[in-house]
Amino acid sequence: MTIAAKQKYETVIGLEVHLQLNTATKIFCGCANKFGEAPNTLTCPVCLGLPGSLPVVNAKALEYAMKVGLALNCKVNPFVKFDRKNYFYPDCPKAYQISQFDLPICSNGYLMIETEEGEAKEIRINRAHLEEDAGKLIHDDKNNCSLVDYNRTGTPLMEIVTEPDLRSAQEAYNYLQNLKLTLQYLNVSDCDMEKGSLRCDANISIRPMGAIKLGTKTELKNMNSFKAVKAGLEHEIHRHMAALESGQAIIQETRLWDETRAMTFAMRSKEEAHDYRYFPEPDLVPFMMEGAAIETTRKSLPELPAKKRERLMEQYRVSAYDANILIQDPALADFFEECSKHYKDTKTICNWINGPLMKELNTRKTRLADIGLRPEDFTVLMHKVNEGILSNLAAKDILRFMIDTQRSVDTIIEEKGLAQVSDDSTLEKLVQELIKEHHNIAEQIRNGKESAIGFLVGQAMRKSQGKANPKKIGGLIKKLLT
Amino acid sequence: MELNRQTAHELLDLLKNKKTTPEAILDSVHKQIQKSDKDVKAYVRLNQNKVDPKTANSRSVPIPIGIKDNMCILDEETTCSSRILKGFKAPYDATVIEKLKKSGAILIGNTNMDEFAMGSSTENSCYGATHNPWKLDCVPGGSSGGSAAAVAASEAIWAIGSDTGGSIRQPASFCGVVGLKPTYGRVSRYGLIAFASSLDQIGPITKDVTDSALLLNVIAGYDERDSTSVNAPVPDYRQALKNNVKGLKIGIPKEYFVQGLHPEVKNAVMAAIEALKNKGATFKKVSLPHTEYGIATYYITATSEASSNLARYDGVQYGIRELPKKTRKSPLLDMYDETRHVGFGAEVKRRIMLGTYSLSSGYYDAYYLKGLKVRTLIKNDFDKLFSEFDALIGPTSPTTAFKIGDKVNDPLSMYLSDIYTVSANLSGIPAISVPCGFSKERLPIGLQIMAKPFAEEMLFRIAYTYEQNTDWHKQSVNL
Amino acid sequence: MISENDVKYAAALARIHLEDDEASRLTKDLEKILDYINKLNTLDVKDVQPTSHVLPLKNVYREDRIRPSLTQKEVLKISVEQQEGSFKVPKVIE
Repeated sequence: MTIAAKQKYETVIGLEVHLQLNTATKIFCGCANKFGEAPNTLTCPVCLGLPGSLPVVNAKALEYAMKVGLALNCKVNPFVKFDRKNYFYPDCPKAYQISQFDLPICSNGYLMIETEEGEAKEIRINRAHLEEDAGKLIHDDKNNCSLVDYNRTGTPLMEIVTEPDLRSAQEAYNYLQNLKLTLQYLNVSDCDMEKGSLRCDANISIRPMGAIKLGTKTELKNMNSFKAVKAGLEHEIHRHMAALESGQAIIQETRLWDETRAMTFAMRSKEEAHDYRYFPEPDLVPFMMEGAAIETTRKSLPELPAKKRERLMEQYRVSAYDANILIQDPALADFFEECSKHYKDTKTICNWINGPLMKELNTRKTRLADIGLRPEDFTVLMHKVNEGILSNLAAKDILRFMIDTQRSVDTIIEEKGLAQVSDDSTLEKLVQELIKEHHNIAEQIRNGKESAIGFLVGQAMRKSQGKANPKKIGGLIKKLLT
Repeated sequence: MELNRQTAHELLDLLKNKKTTPEAILDSVHKQIQKSDKDVKAYVRLNQNKVDPKTANSRSVPIPIGIKDNMCILDEETTCSSRILKGFKAPYDATVIEKLKKSGAILIGNTNMDEFAMGSSTENSCYGATHNPWKLDCVPGGSSGGSAAAVAASEAIWAIGSDTGGSIRQPASFCGVVGLKPTYGRVSRYGLIAFASSLDQIGPITKDVTDSALLLNVIAGYDERDSTSVNAPVPDYRQALKNNVKGLKIGIPKEYFVQGLHPEVKNAVMAAIEALKNKGATFKKVSLPHTEYGIATYYITATSEASSNLARYDGVQYGIRELPKKTRKSPLLDMYDETRHVGFGAEVKRRIMLGTYSLSSGYYDAYYLKGLKVRTLIKNDFDKLFSEFDALIGPTSPTTAFKIGDKVNDPLSMYLSDIYTVSANLSGIPAISVPCGFSKERLPIGLQIMAKPFAEEMLFRIAYTYEQNTDWHKQSVNL
Repeated sequence: MISENDVKYAAALARIHLEDDEASRLTKDLEKILDYINKLNTLDVKDVQPTSHVLPLKNVYREDRIRPSLTQKEVLKISVEQQEGSFKVPKVIE
């Protein structure tokens, strides 16, 4: 497709995110809310929907839902009720899902994202409501049947629905990144798309640039990662544009993203029209969300990523780049702030965190909280480098040993003999040895080729196993040869 | 003395004085069942029950009890008299069953009912109709007809029923026994297989008012597994059994005495009012202006909820599973459609269809929502009167028991027989039916007393006073 | 007034197969019942609040505390058909 054609259309995307809340128990019964157990071992009459069983709301699920809503700048509605959504499917054991229809727990919020041009943009949240998750269906082609496991049935689920405010696949991707980060700060969900604790469907349409009326939309499902959402949307946008360019109409339908074939295809259309016959759940009474409780929850919210980013930049003069890395894990940002109490130069701290520390975390595939590193020990490294006691190289080695052995910087320096040598007479002896060994190079330096100094410094570091103070070595070479 | 003809409180006295044993009581009940249940057909299933010596202590109530076939009993079959649930054995006890078992009760068996409690005659059962012990070619009423007939025929000392629109009171009235529908939320619904969740309530069916109070003592109370059960203290209902109505103000709703009320029923009820007047209660004619909308409102609300409550019977998990001989749509859809086609009886299908229709897109406002609004009006009528009156009184049913088969082909006329009972369910209030006489054909007549929410004690007081001054409750059938 | 098509639509939603004579009989029954129910239309309920719960209960919930689940064996005992610890159903075609 030509660039001109691409510029003719505007993309309109809305996202529906389903988020499993990580409460200890399910939303309407006391069964454990766990993933990966043997089939039908985490069920009871309530989540199996057996005759006579009745649901009772898990207080924690309501609290988490309220937190999510407040973090997304939503209004927490004062009167909340649950409704039944009626449909038949083997993974839905009551043949209705307890959900929320006209009075969701949260509505009218927004989440800020960054556009591709780097500008801040508000993505409006239409609503965020609570419901129960369905069970899991496995298709057994060999035996020509399907198998149902009800362990997942009744997992508390939040559906977070945006307005059609997203204008590109990249914006959708950025929204999901920001949403996930915000939710991780709240610690209410694992947010793991591969495990299905976060799922995303998209509504997408295109319209001629400047048009107000929305084009015919398709619903896109079956994306198993943020990258898949982006790829699926890009493919779908392209498909819509190609259709319109060639004069074909878009059919309103649900399409599935096929990751391996990297294309979308229409889902076999359902034989019956959907008429969910929502009505108030008579087995659950309504909830009055009192102002005081909402305020208490609001106050209990942690500092959220956007706010933290802003504050780090202002309070510590941290660059936008560094701040973005720090806020990816609230523990990392906290660690940074603690470090700043022990070491003045915040840029150096950022460099140490974003460089060597992140490298250690990445190679170990672990999180900061799991390695037991204390800010006061971490900053000792910076002090020692600054004071010329450690070379940068040695300090990085020490960091690795610290994490491996949980020993102090001083002990490791002593044990490994890693203290930097800055003693003049020792260093002078070393330089004189090198001049003898590399007399050709020495000659070049004498003749004014300053660039050759670096070679000798490198040799000095090698010979001293990294302990020689490179600055002093450089000075000595100059002194002795020029 | 035939032990099975005694009330529970009489038997408890005998047990206390060591004049009988739980085994002897159970034996007499079993003998009666053997003798007469082939005619009455009150039971759909009998348990091989023995008296458990562990629970037969001084505080226990080791009385044989009949359980309507819609309450889950651990590892026992429960079917709601529906083909679709054949073979279903719940892996848990309903709260009421748990309480009964804890009290040492002996669950004799499951009693017949209209399928999923949908009906007023116990004819809509996959096991066939139950017969009225007073006149075997008449219906026992419904839907708890099996429970009421079992008590009337002395095939149980007492029984448990459920009442969604009159399903305890109307059969009690037809069978000449005492039936109580407690306040909505008084007795836990956990384990009661739902017909209409916002209307269903479990209650006792007994031979007299004292037994009603005793049995309510056993089953009432808050249950954390039922969000709609009320966390309020349960009084000792025996304390309410006082032979004294002096100074009580009782209203007589004029809408309960209009055309359609059989003169014999009317005369019996008026005589009962006279008897209570003689004991010092004062009566005044009052109005429940929205009474005539009760049936319409009830049938919208109940069927809408039922269409959703009964959706789970789809052949996926338990009960029966049917497949058509020839493929129609897909293997899964065919299983749904055929299982439900074969598994449900005509009346259940009718109500599921009505409820589905009234909730469906385009009709919700005209039917379901309108029903909820009229429900408010009906409830307001009662609230207004209960600010002035201690109770309301009238007939339980416009007629005595009708002939088996008389109304099966006319659903609407069957529905209209609930005209006096549905309002209590719609407004959540407690109501009791006590025997107040007989027709010329010797069919029992029931008197209904209603009070404000959680005023079961008021019902017991008035009913007990009436009972102490009449002897209708002492008359029984000998089969 | 309710038509036979309305009845067929409701039957599809309710997932009940109806034979043709059943559909026409049900249409007649429902016609009569709805005709009776339509008496509600004589009431003005514009400003009336709906009652979906008859008691003024609110905020009923439970603590987030784990309770024992049923065992797989107890669960599958009720099943019509089972395979590999799961409920077996006719193949679901998506």
